[in-house]
Amino acid sequence: MNTHAIAASTFLAASLFLDAGAAAAAELNIYTTREPGLIQPLLDAFTKSTGTKVNTVFLKDGLAERVATEGASSPADILMAVDAGSLVDLAEKGVTQPIESAVLNAAIPSQLRDGKGHWFGLSMRARVLYAAKDLDLASFNYEDLADPKWKGKVCIRAGQHPYNTALFADYIAHYGAAETEKWLTGVKANLARKAGGGDRDGAKDILGGICDIAIANSYYVGLMRSGKGGPDQVKWGEAIKVILPTFKNGGTQVNISGAAVAKNAPNKAEAVKLLEYLVSDEAQKIYAEANYEYPVKAGAKSDPIIAALGELKIDSKPLTEIVSHRKEASTLVDKVGFDN
Amino acid sequence: MSILLPHIPAIGWPTRRTGARWLFCASVVAVLVALPFGGLLVQAIQGSPGLWVHLISSILPVALADTLVLLCGVGIVTTAIGTAMAWLVTAHAFPGRRIVEWALLLPLAVPTYIIAYAYLDILHPIGPVQGAVRWILGYSSPRQFRLPDVRSMTGCILLLGFVLYPYVYIPVRAMFLTQSANLVDAARMLGVPRRAIFWNVALPLARPAVAVGVSLALMETLNDVGAAEFLGVRTLTVSIYTTWITRSDLPGAAQIALSLLLIVVVLVALERWARRRQRYSGDARRHRELEPRPVRGLRGAALLILCLIPILIGFAAPAFYLIVEASKRVRYAGLSPRLVDEAVSTISLATIATAVTVLFGVVIAYTNRLRPGAVSSWSYRLATMGYAAPGTVVAIGVLIVLATADRLVDQTAIDWFGISTGLLFIGSGAALIYAYATRFLAISAGSIDAGLARIPVSLDQASRSLGQSPTGTLRHVHLPLSKAAITAAGLLVFVDCVKELPATLLLRPLNIETFATHLYGEAARGTYEEASIAALAILLIGMVPVILLSRIGRSGH
Repeated sequence: MNTHAIAASTFLAASLFLDAGAAAAAELNIYTTREPGLIQPLLDAFTKSTGTKVNTVFLKDGLAERVATEGASSPADILMAVDAGSLVDLAEKGVTQPIESAVLNAAIPSQLRDGKGHWFGLSMRARVLYAAKDLDLASFNYEDLADPKWKGKVCIRAGQHPYNTALFADYIAHYGAAETEKWLTGVKANLARKAGGGDRDGAKDILGGICDIAIANSYYVGLMRSGKGGPDQVKWGEAIKVILPTFKNGGTQVNISGAAVAKNAPNKAEAVKLLEYLVSDEAQKIYAEANYEYPVKAGAKSDPIIAALGELKIDSKPLTEIVSHRKEASTLVDKVGFDN
Repeated sequence: MSILLPHIPAIGWPTRRTGARWLFCASVVAVLVALPFGGLLVQAIQGSPGLWVHLISSILPVALADTLVLLCGVGIVTTAIGTAMAWLVTAHAFPGRRIVEWALLLPLAVPTYIIAYAYLDILHPIGPVQGAVRWILGYSSPRQFRLPDVRSMTGCILLLGFVLYPYVYIPVRAMFLTQSANLVDAARMLGVPRRAIFWNVALPLARPAVAVGVSLALMETLNDVGAAEFLGVRTLTVSIYTTWITRSDLPGAAQIALSLLLIVVVLVALERWARRRQRYSGDARRHRELEPRPVRGLRGAALLILCLIPILIGFAAPAFYLIVEASKRVRYAGLSPRLVDEAVSTISLATIATAVTVLFGVVIAYTNRLRPGAVSSWSYRLATMGYAAPGTVVAIGVLIVLATADRLVDQTAIDWFGISTGLLFIGSGAALIYAYATRFLAISAGSIDAGLARIPVSLDQASRSLGQSPTGTLRHVHLPLSKAAITAAGLLVFVDCVKELPATLLLRPLNIETFATHLYGEAARGTYEEASIAALAILLIGMVPVILLSRIGRSGH
């Protein structure tokens, strides 16, 4: 049993009156909705080069509520999330603070960060099409998802999932709510099974013959094909070909994973240092390699598996505009009964 | 015997001062565990009524219908399996009965989110079952032949039914064993055919036990988000979730959650009202077990196979699947050292929480016996509300209460002494203990109350007239006599704490992972193999109390 385990059990056992969370010097506390396993290599590298110990807690839902209710006593320095909407939410709930950093501003394109410095995109993922390998299909528009020729052939996760509401919000940004409702009704009519499961299930279900095409995130292709998920997932990854779809008058829909500095961060200077580290060449490379995401920094390279998917042409609509439509998108999902 | 409403024993001589301290303690416990709902109420009031327009027009029709169908389905499946199995093992002696009698409890160790995830894989077109079917029928590709998708309402009802039936099996079996022995014997002597004994004697007698069991199973169903979401069933609980997360409308989510809670409370009251004219009385002093009839040969084997089906579907198949997946992972990537830390966190959190929850349960149940009346019965009701609300909702309520308390303590300490205490409750893990106690007090108070009810009131009277105080009576009379019930309560709470996910996820301190949160993280990432190790660990930890529970069940009679 290592010291951490002993520490954990001791303070759990004797804990009711002690606060083990109180931080000593040179520590940094991260609340993240992103699984710590994915960012751990980055944090380890940061600790190694700066000596700052990084504590994390993986929260899924309720990160904003937790920081908000903890208020001035919150130990959180950095808040990390995997969807632009969640980052905007954090800023709107007033739990972030503006950061002015020349390093961050230079490294991150302006459409991938908040204008006032409340949040910063650190990596990107695209919402792409998985298609059965033998399908005669070379390019695809998101609009085609509603084409009746795909009836009973489309797989997708729950429409209410943030990855999908972001895509639908982008559709609203292009065509308005009324058109989007029509399109969603069409997509719903094309579903091969109930909307649900995860993105990888799209590939698995194509292999299983349930559907021909699926909408899913780009990095799963890397996770499956690289063998990191085990030999079964390699089979799923090999069963599909990946097409970067575009809007007819735009590009491929991307979302970001990003971070913000908490409003009451006890270690603000360290927090900014970590964010700046995360956009360094070294860290952007780890992002690309560890999780197969697109780096945000110009010139940083994607992983070869991802680079092989073809050139990413990012959609023209700015993230903030897309995010502003996401509640509308969520309402439409209910209205057309997408998940029913 | 209802979990949500207490027994009302008539001790008959409470003076105004008797047990005043107990009454006070019980009220404190009740207020403590009801506080999170107060927090939610405050949230709900801040919401705008505009949400309901959207809810009524596009969410409620489907979500309500789906929830009702799911509840009815799970209710029917758990009643059928739980009652049938209980009757088979209590009224018949067939080879292997002793083993299936306790093995039927094993599905308790399987959380609903794990069963959904396991069966999605087992029954997937590229999984083992369909592969075998295709091989037998001579098809080479899933594109030529597929079975219906498990991601459906039917799939969800069956899967939940097969892990939740023990909630019915446990009380009904206990009822068959003790309460109905005399009447069944009388019926047998009068020459009533076997089948008629079940339908006309045993089943009507078991009705309160079925009601208790089914209400627990249905509350577990209402609490489930993981399985329903995985299988594409849109229940009200899932709607609460999307309202909160996707539309970031916590007040709205709180409004739906409280309405749901209201529905549950009304349903429980209705069930109680429907049974108001029926009287069931048992005599705890005469422990006479129902004598099973021997069934041998082919018929005996058939009964054994019948009993093995729920064990196979609810436990053995998913457990075997997890063992295969976990061993693949271990061979592929080795065992992660994190697992040791997680085992320590999981077990210590669950142990402390169990101790607290059982203590609270004793306070609530004993006060109810000592000082029956409006205060103690309301304490009981309030204290057991947490079980009826979805875990996510309880977690948010606890967060609101404790984070506020943390902030106040910290600010006061800074103002008065100039030192920061940090997050006293959340930082120490106390928040989690509080959440578990709030969530599972119904189980502990309910079983302890049932245990106490078996002790004749005359013993209290004897002890008290010999000069023992209420506390002394509890220590020397009730605790020894209801040891089995208290241990059973503790074991059930422990299993539930190990399985609990939403509150654990939201309220843990920095750097602490449990098996459940690890599993969730891996599943969220889609690295299922890694998740299978954590899932298997939850199953193994959960099995220990289940096995102990079965031993109590046996020695108790």
